[in-house]
Amino acid sequence: MDYALILEKLILIVVILAVTLVIALYLTFGERKIAAYFQDRLGPNRVGPLGLLQPFADGGKLLFKEEIIPKTAEKWLFIIGPATAMVVATITSAVIPWGTSIEIFGRNVSLQVADVDIGVLYVMGIVSIGVYGIMIGGWASNNKYSLYGAIRASAQMISYELSMGLALIAVVMMSGTLSLREMVEQQHGLNWNIWYQPLGFLLFFVCALAECNRAPFDLAECETELIGGYHAEYSSMKLGFYLFSEYINMFVSSAVMASVYLGGYNFPGMDAIANPTVLSLLQVAVMFAKIFFFVFVFMWIRWTLPRFRYDQLMRLGWKSLIPLAIINMVVTGAVMLLNQ
Amino acid sequence: MSEITFNKQGQMVSRDTIDGDIATLNLGPTHPATHGIFQNVLKVDGERIIEAEQTVGYIHRAFEKLAERRPFNQITPITDRLNYCSSPINNIGWHLTVEKLAGIEVPKKVDYMRVIIMELARIADHLVCNSVIGVDTGALTGFTYMFQEREKIYELFEEVCGARLTTNIGRIGGFERDFSPVFSAKLNKFLEEFIKNFDEFDKLLTRNRIFMDRVIGAGPISPERALAYSFAGPNLRAAGVDYDVRVMNPYCSYEDFDFIVPIGKDGDTYDRYVVRQEEIRQSVSIIKQALAKMPSGLHHADVPDFYMPPKEEVYRSMESLIYHFKIVMGETAIPKGEVYFAVEGGNGELGYYLVSDGGRTPYRLHFRRPCFIYYQAYPEMIKNSVLSDAILTMSSMNVIAGELDA
Repeated sequence: MDYALILEKLILIVVILAVTLVIALYLTFGERKIAAYFQDRLGPNRVGPLGLLQPFADGGKLLFKEEIIPKTAEKWLFIIGPATAMVVATITSAVIPWGTSIEIFGRNVSLQVADVDIGVLYVMGIVSIGVYGIMIGGWASNNKYSLYGAIRASAQMISYELSMGLALIAVVMMSGTLSLREMVEQQHGLNWNIWYQPLGFLLFFVCALAECNRAPFDLAECETELIGGYHAEYSSMKLGFYLFSEYINMFVSSAVMASVYLGGYNFPGMDAIANPTVLSLLQVAVMFAKIFFFVFVFMWIRWTLPRFRYDQLMRLGWKSLIPLAIINMVVTGAVMLLNQ
Repeated sequence: MSEITFNKQGQMVSRDTIDGDIATLNLGPTHPATHGIFQNVLKVDGERIIEAEQTVGYIHRAFEKLAERRPFNQITPITDRLNYCSSPINNIGWHLTVEKLAGIEVPKKVDYMRVIIMELARIADHLVCNSVIGVDTGALTGFTYMFQEREKIYELFEEVCGARLTTNIGRIGGFERDFSPVFSAKLNKFLEEFIKNFDEFDKLLTRNRIFMDRVIGAGPISPERALAYSFAGPNLRAAGVDYDVRVMNPYCSYEDFDFIVPIGKDGDTYDRYVVRQEEIRQSVSIIKQALAKMPSGLHHADVPDFYMPPKEEVYRSMESLIYHFKIVMGETAIPKGEVYFAVEGGNGELGYYLVSDGGRTPYRLHFRRPCFIYYQAYPEMIKNSVLSDAILTMSSMNVIAGELDA
């Protein structure tokens, strides 16, 4: 056994988990600030300098709130629901390559928790477990509005996963690998997949919005119709977990999008940098810049567009996105065949 | 198996047989989308509404009965609390009713001042309604833009009467005081900026594809059914009936102004929204015309029986003291009679049916409250639609709980 490797990976896991959590925490703050900017308001600015401690105040508040489990709720499932959502949201980040590798104490540390051969499949698999958190929570609440939210969420996520998967297949066909690391390596410099798969990227982006339950696909929570939907009965940190997992999902799906389509940590002119440590750090910075760009677009869309109606959402998923994804796949295949 | 069919907007319209479980869903009384306290008991099959039953009376405050024990000028604050999105129209409508009963002629200037205030109130009312339709479709941003404009209108009201929401604006016979220079300056600034900001909101929603898909075909009503329910105001006009109290039965010199009455076609949520959007623009034009043509003169009629004398006069002259005492104690003389007077309220024909036996208080007062009428049609309008459409229908009819329950 290579204990050093285990230690290295453990440290990496802790670091990435901590970074993800802190980023998710600050995404809530960012969302509020960005919303305020769009809406000509100030946003939170009272806790700490520029309101920067607001997320901690929010988190603390949620932790100390009284925890209410409705008498009619299915107690264990009621607890499992948010736990599932949170766990699933955090473990997706395991296969994301944040950078190439970095030299620490003479060891070459890879900036990826697990370079599994089936990285893309892993992401798809974990993401589809995510719906269980919502489904279980909504059902266990024993509230009709929660159940509506849960049903909407599960139908929506299952249908949009299909086109997401089909959009990804085209990329997999092109790169010939399922490993995210290899996929990113192939997009060296400015050789990004988005140039070859613009339609696939668009489809994936729309599906990512739907998978994260973000506007205009936020029918599962839909505060005006379903009063919060699946988390209507939740209080305290359980509610916090649900809200939190949404932001983590947003962060992680932005990371996946950046890795698969926007070249991950690659950036033009990266070969000119000789110092490997500087290069690695720059790569991580570029990766995060791409992620935050996507997160910003997510928020931009949420505060601009109205949401779909349930049947319109399903129609868009099944009648537009899936056929488009299949066409995209077939065209990719045909072009590859002709180029051989 | 059951048969599902869709109309051209893609809404589910009918299902031959209903199998499976039908659930009862309480939409309200504290559901956030009802924007007030009223309840709908829905029978739903999945998301589709099979049957709806509405409940009224959660905030019934017995205004009509209260009015029977109050002198005429003390009823104005009650009318504030009917449609609280456009209180000034309610106030002025009530003043006009009493003036009709007592046969009071007001100077032209009062008419124009009233028109300005009422049209401002109409803008505020329509802004609330349309921006809330946006909120209910999930577009929160337009709402914040328009509420800033509404805030400016409230500042204008504050400048005239000191209050913002429940205004108690004006008096029987005119206004308490003339428009101040500050008011005029603020109004001019508002008129300059408003259309620009309003266009921004318009661009954000009106031709937005998702928004249009959501609201076109949601909660439609035919002109025949709307008339049968005695709809009025924007909701009737959205159904395609050309009826506006300001034109059909002009009051307050509305005949002096040049404006368009927008008419819809299908009576659905989109038509209601678009009709209100256009009415806002027309209101701005009416205010501009009124300002340009504002006659000189006194800001109140010479009716010592109803119009409070200035306080300095009360201390100096005997007549003023007597009238002051009589008005405050509610002992004004009013003829016997029975009148109906209607104004074009924020969301329809707001009527006052007043019976007086010559006593100090009305013998009977009935408010014709448009919201109450709209709400009667609500179950019919949302039948066979989905939950999301039901909520949009509710907000686009602008049913205000205060006016609904009175």
